[in-house]
Formats: sequence, structure tokens, C-alpha cells
Amino acid sequence: MPEVLKAPLVVEFPFTRSLGPVQSAFLTALRQRVVLGVRTRDGRTLVPPVEYDPVTADELSDLVHVGVTGTVTTWAWNPAPRRGQPLDTPFAWVLVRLDNADTALLHALDAPGPDAVHTGMRVRIRWAEERVGAITDIACFEPDDEEAAEVTVHVGEFDDPVTGIVAEARLDYTYSPGRAQTAYIKALENERRAVGERCPSCRKVYVPPRGACPTCGVATSEQVEVGPAGTVTTFCIVNIKAKNLDIEVPYVYAHIALDGADLALHGRIGGIPYDQVRMGLRVEPVWTEDGRYPDHYRPTGEPDAEYDTYKELL
Amino acid sequence: MSKEPVAVVGIGQTKHVAARRDVSIAGLVREAARRALDDAELTWADIDAVVIGKAPDFFEGVMMPELYLADALGAVGKPMLRVHTAGSVGGSTALVAANLVAARVHGTVLTLAFEKQSESNAMWGLSLPIPFQQPLLAGAGGFFAPHVRAYMRRTGAPDTVGSLVAYKDRRNALKNPYAHLHEHDITLEKVQASPMLWDPIRYSETCPSSDGACAMVLTDRAGAARAPRPPAWMLGGAMRSEPTLFAGKDAVSPQAGKDCAADVYRQAGISDPRRDIDAVEMYVPFSWYEPMWLENLGFADEGEGWKLTEAGVTELDGDLPVNMSGGVLSTNPIGASGMIRFAEAALQARGQAGEHQVDGARRVLGHAYGGGSQFFSMWLVGSQPPDA
Repeated sequence: MPEVLKAPLVVEFPFTRSLGPVQSAFLTALRQRVVLGVRTRDGRTLVPPVEYDPVTADELSDLVHVGVTGTVTTWAWNPAPRRGQPLDTPFAWVLVRLDNADTALLHALDAPGPDAVHTGMRVRIRWAEERVGAITDIACFEPDDEEAAEVTVHVGEFDDPVTGIVAEARLDYTYSPGRAQTAYIKALENERRAVGERCPSCRKVYVPPRGACPTCGVATSEQVEVGPAGTVTTFCIVNIKAKNLDIEVPYVYAHIALDGADLALHGRIGGIPYDQVRMGLRVEPVWTEDGRYPDHYRPTGEPDAEYDTYKELL
Repeated sequence: MSKEPVAVVGIGQTKHVAARRDVSIAGLVREAARRALDDAELTWADIDAVVIGKAPDFFEGVMMPELYLADALGAVGKPMLRVHTAGSVGGSTALVAANLVAARVHGTVLTLAFEKQSESNAMWGLSLPIPFQQPLLAGAGGFFAPHVRAYMRRTGAPDTVGSLVAYKDRRNALKNPYAHLHEHDITLEKVQASPMLWDPIRYSETCPSSDGACAMVLTDRAGAARAPRPPAWMLGGAMRSEPTLFAGKDAVSPQAGKDCAADVYRQAGISDPRRDIDAVEMYVPFSWYEPMWLENLGFADEGEGWKLTEAGVTELDGDLPVNMSGGVLSTNPIGASGMIRFAEAALQARGQAGEHQVDGARRVLGHAYGGGSQFFSMWLVGSQPPDA
């Protein structure tokens, strides 16, 4: 079997988050080197604080000041930190119950090795030098052997509160288009031929091929060359510039049924004023030097296709 | 054994707006859920299970939001499910919840759908830069606009019909305090003068991007008997799906939509939807989808849907009002939009839609679709229980 294409696909985006009153107070307090918990009606103190009681579903707003030292309740050694984690040297993931809190906070513990970590050990917050009102204001935890300090009540009100954060999300994939699309892409790229696959059951020709027929659910393998010319089945005129596309507006975005294909693919129409494009227009691909796909399609000059010849493809 | 009748006894929505920066996602869903419970005069303890829905995770970047939202929705110690069917998800979520009651798995279920689009990027989430593939050449409107042109060609509809729908829905929204867009100075001329974005779709014929949530309390016959306000009864509900693109797909009037409607009508004993159904809340993100769905749902013969719109039949005071709430064209927190259709249909059947109430609405259809006309979900609700 010929080699199947593969490439990295990185999906990332800086999402914004509105915090609501409780998270706003929590993160603003971190900026001031203060850790806040929230008190439930039955007197438990939850850290990190939550907006709604996980037991009773009550709305919570009674913020209290807890310690910056605490006790490790459980842990796991992380020998190989990954991108974006709190420390870039090996560290322990720890759940820390801060003094005066009833629940534990997940964070990183800076320790020389797993032998230096144990459940029940005392730890202390190491604050980040620059604090912005984010969980990363706690750089990490470090071992501590001082006695638990007395903790005061804090009203949770600060000047210039943090009301939103930016949460960077990133996923790393290896993407492969699979056997059928690889063959399609290579024939286009190397020979400028559009090669689809025919379903052995319904006989429909799919371009690009998917390796299986979506209606019959059977594998496809019989290759069928289609095009290069085709018919505009329908289209729209795009008048707003897309962010990542370097195309002058207005332009025509069309559904094009290549001759011999049983469903339309999508492409841009050029070589004709945008307001003269019509359903049924006969078109052919126009390639640029290094394109993997046709740059656009232009009129062939043939008479328009009759509506009846493509209406089933709409 | 027959199914348990399902009643809607509580409905809650947030005031839909462009950005709710004052609340977290948890705070947003809580607000809608609390209003639905208040409407039903119930507490968290009365709820047996929670079923939620939203659009794809990457719209907002919260993976599996159902985990994080369990506290806010009082779901701790109870079953909690999340449903995921793209833009139709609000409808499918309600149906999954309804089926739990119909099957007597649970007596009372809270169902909710939401989207906080101000914290998301739906356009980006839908067009990932897939290696080796040609970049998408147009946005969401560009995806649907060619289908609208195909509809116009197929039916000979005059090109003014889209603006009539937008003008109607925006005026209806003025009577709905929860609607996002309240364009007090809207005129037909303004709609028709708005910029052509994806010809044949104009700016004013597209939906806004909203933050919002919608919740319903569904219950069994015993629960309905205790309800403080009149319930809406589910008379039929169905979902259908088909691939977004396949050879033979009718993108103008998808088979899955026809089959879904036919199933609902069969369950409800509807032989002539145009005669037997009093009003419709349908999923119309681009105005031309009103005449298209009128045909797809069997309210008009093929090629005739636009004539109902043009004749004013779908106006609030028409013979078959459509999108009395202002519809998706006036409010679109994507994941919630389907549930808002279902909830607004139920509000009508309960006689509680306020200023946008259709007098004497007894049977009302709620409709949702999503994913490039891939998923369909619908329910028919009525003022009387199914066996009455």
C-alpha cells in the first residue's frame, strides 16, 4: 500500500472567561498573596472556592481567608514535565489542604525527587514574582516546617478586581487523511487529475473519495477519474473578507459538480465578473505553479448546462 | 405498557445578550435553571436527573462542561448526561430528557442548554486548518447561501421573501423580553438596505451571536398534577440524522427533516399539519430557511412555502404564526437555540408567552436542526395531555 500522508495539526485558541463573583475574588486575592476559600452553610471551607455548594447546590458567597501553608493529602511524581506545566523540572503533583480549609487544592510541589515527598508533609506557597490575578500567581508549593499560623478573616473585597481571564487551549494531533484521500491528493498534486472512488453498491462517485460510501456503509476502492471540467450547481457571492484568506472581495464561492462526480465540491470562480456567474455555468480548473488544489475555476466557454442535468446535485 | 405522558411544568431563560461578562458559565446556567424551578415551584431536591446540551466543546474551550456544571445545576448525587448534536442540540437535549420521563426512568428531569458565545469563537471552531485540505472559502453564511439560491431557483420565489421573514422576526422579538435583538426602529426598508454579505443573504437576514441559557422542568403525570401553572404536554417527539454531504442529499429539503416531522405527526395523530398545528417555533438562522422549512415540515407543498410567508400567514397574527419569540434571527446562543424553540413552543401551549402569545394555541411545533442540515429534532406540545 502506498504511504499515507500525515502531518501535525495544532489546534489552539485563547479563550476568554468571565469569572463571576467568587472566582473573581479568589484570583484577585492571589494577586495580593491571599488565598480565599468559601464557607458553606454547614461550616465547611472549600478551597479553591466554588460558586455553588457541591452537596446542597446552595449559592455560596461567604469568602474566608485561609493559610498559605498546608498539608499534602496525596501526590504523584511527574518525572517529565510537559509544555505549559507549572515547573519545567521534575516535580510532584500534590493535593494540598491549606490550613483552615476543608478541601484540597491541586498544584505542583518543587521537590528534589519522589523520596522527598510524602503524604502528610507540610508545604508552603511559593508566590510568583509578578502576579496578575491567575492561578499561576502561585508559582508552586515548597516544603515547609513552620507551625501552622493563625488565619484571619478576609472580606474578599479588593480594588481593581480581576473579572476575566484568558485561558489558552491547545491540542496537538497527528492528522492523516487516510488511504483514499491520500491517493486523491497525490493525483491532484502530481498529475493534476481528479480521481474519485465509486461505491460498489449505489454506484455513486465520490470526489474527494472517503474510502467508504456514507449512505451504503461499504468500502470503496474502484478509482474513477472525473472532470477536469464541471458545472456550477449553485453559488454565493462573498462580500466580506475572511480573516485567514487573501482573496479580494467580492468573489464567487461555488458548488461545482465535476463531470462524472455524483456530488459537488467547493471552489472559487474567476475569469468572469462576479455578477455574471450563474447556475449551470460550465467551468474548468486553473492551477498556479505550486498549488495542491486548483486556485480557482474559470468558464470553459461552453453553453450552460440545462437545469435538469444538475438539479439532483443541489 | 404505554409511555408515561411528559409535561413541561417549568421554563426559564436568561435575558439573551451579546455578552454576559458579569457571570461565569456556571452562573449563566444557574440563572436559567433557577427560573425554571421557580416557575414550577420546585427545589433542587425535587429533580431526579439533569440533562444538558451545548454546541461543540471547542466553541468555548471548556472540555466536558457537564463535569464543571454539576454543582451549579444541583446534579451532585444524581444522573447527569450531556447531549451533543451541533446546532440542534437544544432540541435533542430536551428529547433525551423527555424520554427519561416517558420511559419512567425518572419522574422529574431538569434539562438545560446554553452557549456563552462572547467567550468563544464559533467561526474558528468550525474551520480548523486541517492539513492537506483546501481552506474553507466562506463562513457559516457562505455555507448556507448557495442552498438558499438553489431554493429560489427551484421554487421561483421572489428575492424579497428573505427580508419579509427578517422584518417579521425582529418585530416579534420586540414583544419578547428575553430576546437578544430589540431593534425598535426596524423597518422593511432597513432590512432590504442592509449589506449583502453572502449574496443572496443580507446582514439583517442573519442571526446574532448571543450569550444565553434556557432550561425546562419535565415531569410525569403525577408531577403535572402538582404543578402550580398549566403544563404543556408532549404529543410527539423525534430525532433524525443524515450525513452533511452525500451523493443524493437534498440540501434544500433534507430527507431527515421530512422523516423527523412525519414521525412526530404520526405520534401526535396529526394528518394535516397546516390545519392541525396552531403555531411553530422553527430554527431559522438565515431568514430564507423559514419558507424552506415550511415545505420540509409539510406546512406547504414543495415550491409553495414562500407564498405563505409572502401572504403574511406566518405573521404573529397570521393563520400559522412562525417564530413568535423572534426566533434564532433575534437570539442565537447556539447550543441553547434549539431548546429555546422547544421552550417557546411549550410557553405557547401553556398560554404563558405574554405579549407574543398566540391566542388559543393548542398544538405548537418546536423544531431544531444543526451541523449542515445533518441533525434534526422536533417536538409537538399541546395544552391537553396526549390521551385527552
